[in-house]
Amino acid sequence: MSKRRVIPGFGMSLGFSITWLSLIILIPLAALFIKAAGLGWEEWRELLGSPQVIAAAKLTFGASAAAATVSAVLGLLVTWVLVRYEFPGRRLLDAMIDLPFALPTAVAGITLCAIYAPNGWLGEILASLGIQAAYNWLGVFIALTFIGFPFVVRTLQPVMADMGKEIEEAAATLGAGRWTVFRRVVFPLLVPALITGFTLAFARAIGEYGSVIFISGNLPMKTEILPHLIIIQLEQYNYEAAAAIATGMLVVSFSLLFLINLLQRRIDWQNR
Amino acid sequence: MKAPKLLFLSSILATLVIIASCGGKSGSEKSIELLNVSYDPTREFYVDVNRVFAADWKKQTGQELTIQQSHGGSGKQARSVIDGLEADVVTLALAGDIDVLESEAKLLPKDWQTKLPDNSSPYTSTIVFVVRKGNPKGVKDWGDLVNPGVGVITPNPKTSGGARWNYLAAWAWADKEFAKDESKVLDYMKRLFKNVPVLDTGARGSTTTFAQRGIGDVFLSWENEAYLIEKEFPGKTEIIYPSISILAEPPVAVVEKNAKKHGTYEVSEAYLKFLYTDEAQILAGNHFYRPRNPEIAKQFVDKLPALPLVTIDADFGGWATAQKNHFADGGTFDRIYQR
Amino acid sequence: MSVRNVTAESAPVRWLLISAAIGVLGLFLLLPLAAVFVEALRKGWEVFLASLHDEAALSAVKLTLMAALVSVPLNTLFGISAAWAITKFRFKGRSLLLALIDLPFAVSPVIAGLVFVLLFGAKGWFGPWLSEHDIKIIFAFPGIIIATIFITFPFVARELIPLMESQGSDQEEAAVTLGARGWQIFWRVTLPNIKWGLLYGVLLCNARAMGEFGAVSVVSGHIRGKTNTLPLHIEVLYNEYQFSAAFACATLLALLALFTLGIKSVVEQLSGHSSSAKH
Repeated sequence: MSKRRVIPGFGMSLGFSITWLSLIILIPLAALFIKAAGLGWEEWRELLGSPQVIAAAKLTFGASAAAATVSAVLGLLVTWVLVRYEFPGRRLLDAMIDLPFALPTAVAGITLCAIYAPNGWLGEILASLGIQAAYNWLGVFIALTFIGFPFVVRTLQPVMADMGKEIEEAAATLGAGRWTVFRRVVFPLLVPALITGFTLAFARAIGEYGSVIFISGNLPMKTEILPHLIIIQLEQYNYEAAAAIATGMLVVSFSLLFLINLLQRRIDWQNR
Repeated sequence: MKAPKLLFLSSILATLVIIASCGGKSGSEKSIELLNVSYDPTREFYVDVNRVFAADWKKQTGQELTIQQSHGGSGKQARSVIDGLEADVVTLALAGDIDVLESEAKLLPKDWQTKLPDNSSPYTSTIVFVVRKGNPKGVKDWGDLVNPGVGVITPNPKTSGGARWNYLAAWAWADKEFAKDESKVLDYMKRLFKNVPVLDTGARGSTTTFAQRGIGDVFLSWENEAYLIEKEFPGKTEIIYPSISILAEPPVAVVEKNAKKHGTYEVSEAYLKFLYTDEAQILAGNHFYRPRNPEIAKQFVDKLPALPLVTIDADFGGWATAQKNHFADGGTFDRIYQR
Repeated sequence: MSVRNVTAESAPVRWLLISAAIGVLGLFLLLPLAAVFVEALRKGWEVFLASLHDEAALSAVKLTLMAALVSVPLNTLFGISAAWAITKFRFKGRSLLLALIDLPFAVSPVIAGLVFVLLFGAKGWFGPWLSEHDIKIIFAFPGIIIATIFITFPFVARELIPLMESQGSDQEEAAVTLGARGWQIFWRVTLPNIKWGLLYGVLLCNARAMGEFGAVSVVSGHIRGKTNTLPLHIEVLYNEYQFSAAFACATLLALLALFTLGIKSVVEQLSGHSSSAKH
């Protein structure tokens, strides 16, 4: 692993990063863990094993994974088009990618609801096809895709823009078709960024609250997401239980992030 | 290397100092500030009250009074006060949300509800049905809500104060209808919530779902909100009074610990007492709250008709008991959704 | 070029991809954006302008700008330094650090608000000490800033890391061999290479900082004209049935996204660089 450090600044950059990380992220989250530890083991098991929590966890993680996958596929397509092609309106489209970031999540929720509710712009069409978009699983999925999509595009974009065309040219000179070049040369180079984008979209989706509660319907056992259960515990002044659910969510998402980062490392090394 | 390191450290320090120095509260003899932490549907009412009271106060004392308002879900607001939002007075949706200020944080005395007349509730409200124009599903009473094909909109009782009143009103009807047979009452509640397609987190969210998105056929609503909906969405809805409902008492209280700290106890008390004056009672009526003063209530009887009302204390044993039996984890609401 | 460009797709494929991308963007982004503007203008321009001129709206805008002004630079510093440490060096716990940086993405805004309540709330760790010294963090400006920093924490770092990873350290190493010093390397070699990624990161961080709702909502206290940020003000308006006014304020935040692109293009053109299509 260790490589001779010729480049300066290791101590300072790492030191500053870790200090800031501790102040803003680690100490506050430690407070959460300690609060959650106020519950006994039995209470933990009872709380996290309750059917309502399990149903919400299934929905939250399932819909997030589905949304992140769709975001990754669509994001790859969109980024490719934005970076590689010139067409009227490209810049405007490029600008709009950030919209889900800038729009407060509550506004996003309200807006999506206005579009996908049975009397909404698209909801009406979908309803006539017998598809209920808002107030069920699909609504949650739509909101999470909307929220996660920019992560994929914005992580891919700089990498793709900086990617020289020399290798592609070389591959083409050697007789590879366009699709082969993409599959064998371009795509592998994009994989680390794509995985990062997926991970970010996924992680963000797990925690998303503001936009989902408007469109999900919040029916217990059916369309309730985990963050909503936290709110419900808080409403009962049960800070320990709220912290416990939060901790459970964090542990799962953190493990996922960690695993994906490891995976990415491996792919990275193979590419070198 | 040293200089940049210092630069980083000092920038962090500087931020912390800036952040810390932003705190503090200023007060002077000439001007005084009051923070009223309230729940969602009272916004418009208190805007009017504040204007009148601030003018009165200036006439009496010469002090410039600014009343800050904070609105949100009742339970969330109570939690903010417990966690340090320095409210001088709270005006919340139900007594339970003020009780916790005592039990969780000792911000006011246990007997706060006896400090002002009428359970410290200067105005009351009740729960009514809002239906679509012409009442196409023919909803007349609580029993009709469980008919197949009737969509009922209510917020989630776990997160909304208003929804708790809804729930208890429905329960009270069923309790009477099925002669206190709890399994039948539970069955009714189960069927009722089977007809609920969306459980929003707050009353105003539900209003939007019902009025704006066109979901559902009946909306269980605060009476004052029902009239507001008629005003905001004219010609689309009508109000149905069920055979029985619940007396909703949204109480008010001085948060003594904060008010004493700010030196605003006197004005806080005067502010809440002002709510019982004829002037404020008429304002309450204008905003479709039921005035406590019977003389003034008479003026509004066309709009706000009398109907049989159960009460939280006589019929449900007070908020602490109701909360435990119905809305806490494992209460009747949770049981409705388990099979 | 008269020869067929070997690194470009054939025209039909290209148009197919472009229309697919436009379709996706139209459905997912253009439609919501249009909905925001249509709702905002439903009651006409007068209501639209009046709602932006409202005193509470102006104070919300000011608060939002201030919060972004403090939190974005701090997180930019952090992002650069973390990306430098992670991509230029191999050390134990690197993956762990990387995952920790991502963590705020995975932390629900609800939880983010909660942790600061647990720390600074009246019953929190520092609560009694703070109230003794009459320092207000939560339900005041500092709380809003801290929550914003937390939420936008990873953006710059996350943007820079894959970029610097794919660039490798060869140039920096060469600079060292030629005798350049630490900061010289950064300013002269690294920064020019990463400036587009950095800009993206800062813009994203800023957009997210201004749009944050959930976490700020928990720590703000919702005092009208005082601790309401723009997103919170929008919620207030929405709850007051002032739908048009709410969406009018939302258009401000939507325009922000378009505005940042404007800055980006201008910067690109001034520097004579194009990060975009190179045909």
